[in-house]
Formats: sequence, structure tokens, C-alpha cells
Amino acid sequence: MLRLITKRLFETIPVLFIVATLTFFMMKRAPGGPFDSEKQTTPEIRAQIEAQYGLDKPVWQQYLDYLGHLAQGDLGPSFKYAGWSVNELLWSAFPVSLELGLYALAFALTFGLIAGIIAALRKNTWGDYVPMSFATFGICLPTFVTGPLLLLVFASWLTWFNASGWEQPRDRVLPAITLGLYYTAYVARLTRGGMLEILSQDFIRTARAKGASEWRVVWRHSLRGGLLSVVSFIGPAISGLVTGSLVVESIYQIPGLGKFFVMAGFNRDYTMVMGTVLFYAVLIIVMNLLVDIVQVWLNPKLRFE
Amino acid sequence: MSALQKIEMLLEVKNLKTSFHTRNGIVRAVNDVSFAIAHGETLGIVGESGSGKSVTCYSLMGLVPQPPGRIEGGTAIFAGKTDLLNCSPKELNAIRGRRMAMIFQDPMTSLNPFMRIEDQIVEPLLIHGLASRAEAVRQAVQMLEHVGVPDAAKRIRSYPHEFSGGMRQRVMIAMALITKPDLLIADEPTTALDVTVQAQILELIKRLQAETGMAVIWITHDLGVVAGFCRRVQVMYAGRIVETAPTEKLFANTRHPYTRALQKSIPALQPKGTELYTIPGMPPDLSRPTGGCAFAPRCEIARPECSAKLPELLEVGLQHCSRCPFT
Repeated sequence: MLRLITKRLFETIPVLFIVATLTFFMMKRAPGGPFDSEKQTTPEIRAQIEAQYGLDKPVWQQYLDYLGHLAQGDLGPSFKYAGWSVNELLWSAFPVSLELGLYALAFALTFGLIAGIIAALRKNTWGDYVPMSFATFGICLPTFVTGPLLLLVFASWLTWFNASGWEQPRDRVLPAITLGLYYTAYVARLTRGGMLEILSQDFIRTARAKGASEWRVVWRHSLRGGLLSVVSFIGPAISGLVTGSLVVESIYQIPGLGKFFVMAGFNRDYTMVMGTVLFYAVLIIVMNLLVDIVQVWLNPKLRFE
Repeated sequence: MSALQKIEMLLEVKNLKTSFHTRNGIVRAVNDVSFAIAHGETLGIVGESGSGKSVTCYSLMGLVPQPPGRIEGGTAIFAGKTDLLNCSPKELNAIRGRRMAMIFQDPMTSLNPFMRIEDQIVEPLLIHGLASRAEAVRQAVQMLEHVGVPDAAKRIRSYPHEFSGGMRQRVMIAMALITKPDLLIADEPTTALDVTVQAQILELIKRLQAETGMAVIWITHDLGVVAGFCRRVQVMYAGRIVETAPTEKLFANTRHPYTRALQKSIPALQPKGTELYTIPGMPPDLSRPTGGCAFAPRCEIARPECSAKLPELLEVGLQHCSRCPFT
């Protein structure tokens, strides 16, 4: 097991290198630059700014410089936020997004699993149709619809929550639901499918023949196998959840990571684009590794391969 | 023998009707089946695929998936008290796995691949509160050794995929018998195994039956297995019992044309070099009941009236019944 993990961690180095290289050159190919939106500047001032950030050097030189800094964990200075490094910006916003993401994840897993299991056990009855209809809505409705709707109902009409902000614990509720709704729906559908597949297996019949209660059939005999597909989904989903969402952050005025992902591209904030892409890549890789470990733990057949 | 019938039966099934409600109509898989089995007795239920022999036993164990399945009627009195078909799930769960156990056709898929053998074998003891965990494990190891799994103390920690088919069926048997049930239902437990292993498993169950005195219902399509193992046989066709008799009588004095045809299909009983006999035609579509004898379209001695009226299951000898008035 330890060997597998070390091997996989070493494999991430070439992957990150390829991601960094592709992103770097694609970004450079994109028209425009980080200082195009500045007020009219004289060519001299512009040249000076570009020299300061090393943009006057040939592209391959810039690339090598970047890789050199990257190897030391330095993502460089932000082009947009003067005086800030990308590392500082990411680390200041990440805790907020992480917290929100984990709440959303907890919400998604709790309600998604319960709804999925109930739907599987009540297959083709109202106990199945009702949660699965909600799940279809949850998958279809984008956050820029559900967010304002939740705000309208729970903040404006019922005034249970503040409309925006990130101070009190209860400020976390609406954003977490908005962000987690899609994942809840997806988890519910995957759980239902996985559980239905397992519940139709011969070994479930064996368990019933032993006199096992329905509770025992679900918990001891079905859940492990039934959740394999949920686990595969939830790994990459966590990466998405904890890196924030521009829409949710804008609706609720949350100082999270999501805005950097989108705005860095618009601003041609070269180092920030690189930083967010690499950050996301590392998260995806780590999460997939975790998924693989959990899969092996869940499925004994994989342990010998 | 008639004195035996006065003794309380272990299981008495009367007028069992099980059907499946499908898109293509109602499939009457088990139609008005009645039989009884005494303590320690061995009953063979023989028939081809779809004859209702498995569904009969699944109905008794409460394992028919509902929907689409439905128990339309009948009673099954277990040990003179509980009606398996009409009792509460709690009452049923108190019997199945404890007093009535079942082993299945395919040991490859009937064991949970996500659980250790140990956890699966001790489960009946724990569910029914018959032993502590430690005591259950001790009994499980003992039981595994008893059914011929070598190095049981160590192998009990394995997962099913680390076992061969024959070993898995031994595990299934150990699991079914660990509570010392009064009745074992064996649903073609040797079909998925190769021939030498088949013989071993058969011998094993025979031996365990002699030791514990349990009754066994043996479901099979193999008349040969029945001949060597069962005291009594009932033959099913299209969801109904067509003939039932003590084994030696069934073979010596076969009455129903379907049983005769089955017997003719046993390769070993035919002279070498002759072409293998097969029953012409196809099993009937159970969603379209004919009203007459279901076997009539394939029967060599069928008469016009066979398709018009369903023949009764009539006594043709001592403990010998047949559903054909013309033999």
C-alpha cells in the first residue's frame, strides 16, 4: 500500500510538469496582456512595467524562469494585485473556500446518501419517485438560479439568514446548500443506482435467507458495494467544491477562491492563471489517489492486484 | 409407512400459488402445489428450468422478490405452528437461517464478495442470538473443518474470491448448517460445480444429514442425483406437481408421461450408440394457461380431451400420485 502511494506521488511530478507547460504556452498564445486595461500609458512606462515582471525576455526564458521558481514552490507575483504574490492570494482565500466546500460536501453526502438509499429500497414507488424528481431538479438547476431563489425565500421573506456576508456560523448555511445541491442530487442518483445493483445480487438473497433484517441487509451487505460509484464521483467532486465557485461567491459576497479562477483568465494575470490551474491539478491528483485508496479498502478484490 | 403420516410433519405446504406480474401478463410459476416433509426426510423436487421447483422453495423462504412476484395463496405450516406464507416478517426471520436454511445454485455469486468468510459464517449465529462473537467464530472454524475446508482457522479470514467453486459451496453449506437447522433446502447446489466436486458435495450433505437428522429438500433437474439421495421424489412441470412417489417406485413404475420422458433423457440409462432422447417441443408459456394438461402438446400419448380439462393428481399406488388418467 505504501509503495503504491509513493509510486503515485512520484507520478504526479511529470503530470504537473505537462500541465504547467501546456498552460503556460496556451496562455502566452492568448491575445492581449495583463496591462492592456491600464489607462493610456506611454511606451516607456509600459516597457518599464513589463521589464519589472520579466515580460521583455524571450518566451522560452520566461518559461524556464517560471519553472525554476515553481520548483521552489513560488508561484510568482500577481500581475493584477500589485504587491501580492499568488501564493499569498491563494492561501488567504483557500480556507474560506475549503470551509464552504466541506459544509457543502457534508450536506451533499448526508442528504444524497439517505435519499439514494431510500429510493433504492422503495424502487418504483413514491418513496423513489419523489426524491429522484428532486434529484433531477438539483442536477438541472444552475447555482445562479438556486442561489437567488434561496436568498429570496430564506433571507428576504423568512429572514432566517443574512442575505450576504461571511461572519456568523449561520452565514454558511445558504451558500453551502446552494453549492451542494448539485452534488446532493448526483450522489442521490449514484447511490440509488449502486444500491439497486447490489440489492439484486445473489448474495443479498443469501443474507435474507439467513434471517437478516432489512437494516442489516442494507448496512452490512449492500452499502460497501453500493457506494463504490459514489466514492469515484466524490473524489474529483471535492476538488471542485473546495476550490470555490464564482457564482456562489458573488451571490453571497464570500471572499473565496472561485473568483481568482475566473478573473485571472480575464485579466491575463499570467501567474495567477498558472497558480490556479496547478493548484487545481494538485487537488485532483491527490483526491484521485485518495479515491483509489478508499476503493481498495472497500473492495477486497482489488487488494491483490 | 401410513403410521408415519400421523406423526406431525415438519413442513406442510398446501395449495401454494406464486405468480409473477410481468409486462407480458401474469406468469403462474407455481400453481396449486401441495406437499409435506417429515422430520429427517429427504425430498427431491425434479423438473426442468421454469417448472417452478425453485420458486416453490423461494416462496417458502420468503425470497420471492415482491414485486414482481406475488404469493397468491396457500399455507405452509412449519413445525405445526408458523404459517411461513402468512406470518409477519419478524416471525419468518426467526425461522429462516435458524430452523430452515438454504444453499444456492451458484456459490460464486451467493457469497458476499465484500465480506470476510468469517463474518458471513458467524452471521446466522449472531442474527439469531445463539452465540457470542468469540463462540460463534470458534463454531465457524469447527464447522468449516467439518465440511472439509483445510486450514480452516486461517482460511476463515479470507474473502470469497480466494476460494474455488467447490470450496465456496462448502462454505455455503457450513454457513447454512451452523445453526443446526431442522430443514435444509438445497437449490441445485452442485449444478455450477464440476463433476468430481459434485460428487463430493453430495456425499458431504448426505453425511451431515445422517449426523444431524435434518430434513432435506433437494431441488434438481438431475434424476440421477435424486435416485441416489432422496427417499421421495416429486416431479414438477409448468408450475404443477405431475407425479410424486417414493424414489424406487418412481423409477420402477413410472406413471406420468413427462417423468417417463425425463427418464428416457438420462444418457446413462440408454444403450450406447443410440441417439440421445430429447423431449420434443418447448416448455409452455406460463403466462398463457391452456386449461388442460400443460404437457399435452409434447406428450406422446396425448388425446384430444387432455387439452380440454386439467387432470387431477390422483393416487395410483401407495403414496404414489400421478396427474395423468391414461397411464
